[in-house]
Amino acid sequence: MNQKTKETLFAPLFNNNPIALQVLGICSALAVTTKMETAFVMCCALTGVLTCSNVSISLIRHHIPPNIRIIVQLAIIASLVIVTDQILKAFVYEISKQLSVFVGLIITNCIVMGRAEAFGMQNGPWLSFLDGLGNATGYSLILMITAFFREFFGSGRIFGYQVLPLITEGGWYEPNGLMVLAPGAFFIIAFLIWALRTWKPDQVEEE
Amino acid sequence: MLFSTRYTLGFSAVVCVACSLLVSSVAVGLRQRQDANALLEKRRNVLMAAGLLKPGESADRARVQELFQQIVPKVFDMKTGEYVEDINAETYDPIAAQQDPAMSKVAPENQSKIKRIPNYGLVYQVMEDGKLKMLVFPIQGMGLWSTLYGFVAIDKDANTILGITYYQHGETPGLGGEVDNPKWKASWIGRKVFDQNWNVAIRVIKGPAASPQEAPHEVDGLSGATLTSQGVTAMLQFWLGENGYGPYLRKFKESGRV
Repeated sequence: MNQKTKETLFAPLFNNNPIALQVLGICSALAVTTKMETAFVMCCALTGVLTCSNVSISLIRHHIPPNIRIIVQLAIIASLVIVTDQILKAFVYEISKQLSVFVGLIITNCIVMGRAEAFGMQNGPWLSFLDGLGNATGYSLILMITAFFREFFGSGRIFGYQVLPLITEGGWYEPNGLMVLAPGAFFIIAFLIWALRTWKPDQVEEE
Repeated sequence: MLFSTRYTLGFSAVVCVACSLLVSSVAVGLRQRQDANALLEKRRNVLMAAGLLKPGESADRARVQELFQQIVPKVFDMKTGEYVEDINAETYDPIAAQQDPAMSKVAPENQSKIKRIPNYGLVYQVMEDGKLKMLVFPIQGMGLWSTLYGFVAIDKDANTILGITYYQHGETPGLGGEVDNPKWKASWIGRKVFDQNWNVAIRVIKGPAASPQEAPHEVDGLSGATLTSQGVTAMLQFWLGENGYGPYLRKFKESGRV
């Protein structure tokens, strides 16, 4: 792998993370991270949509008239999201019910549109594929870490498996109610951003 | 690069057709599977309300189908409580009927925000060794954020609650979402729906309720979820009352029929 491909694939993980640095896609990061299972399925859905939309937009980038490019991107993304939603409903019905509207809301997820406009429109399909994969992985990374803390402290479980016995079920752990509410995710994401920017001080914004 | 208007129009048409072909072929191709999933999910919840499936027990398709053989769905007229034979109970969907003006009527003002009542109700009769054991009814109503959909199971005395379960809601996890808590659901068992005068008396109170013998009409409140608790009370009062399944339940009790 040459420098450019490596950069495209791995930069979105830490150096240019879509959630932590660009602060995009926060809405779904709050909504689906109460449980690791739902977060994982959401990550898979976003990875599928993002890579496919990046590749397909990159393939037709020379033919898209610039004045209607945004709506063309949106049409492609929306179709991919509906397809993903239908597939989830057919194969992982229970989880798709828990994700409810949030799979549909991938359409408005700024990461997908942002990558299509910023990368897919300028680069070839292979690089766009890697870019989509990299950004989706960066998004998933933050989502899964957030979901881990929220599920662990909020309901004493990891991937639905009870690790801390709850008081209500005869154990000793009093679940932290804040973690199951949306603000819990705000705190965790803020801590993650703090940690990341302490590790990589160049991400700190100029005053 | 400049594109002519004709090209732009042509291009958007091609994109639209390609996208709609993709979406519709996927939707049509997966329809059967999705319907099967939805049916399975519904049956699983009927079984859960009836106590035939333990909460959290993961039953596969074959097991659900096997258990469901003990259950006979029946359609009845909501006003008279009489059974209706010319509607296929296997496929009848009261929630879909509610949306259909030909199949429903406007509901009186109610706290559950139910706009229309279906003309025909659906009851799942749970049989055991060929004898009727209990009745499972679909219920729905507004909580705090969302409409809750579920089932309530009532004993053959048409009064004692044997189970309740919700299969769809958007209440706050940990607070109103505790309607899914197996402990709370278990606290319903043995409570009575009606008082001596056949009024719906069951309600969710604030704080813990006494035992079913001492407080037959009261159920533990959900802590931190007063509005969801009130929503649950309201929907039971509505669905088990005169506008809901009340006439059927009365007729059922009077005739002692099976």
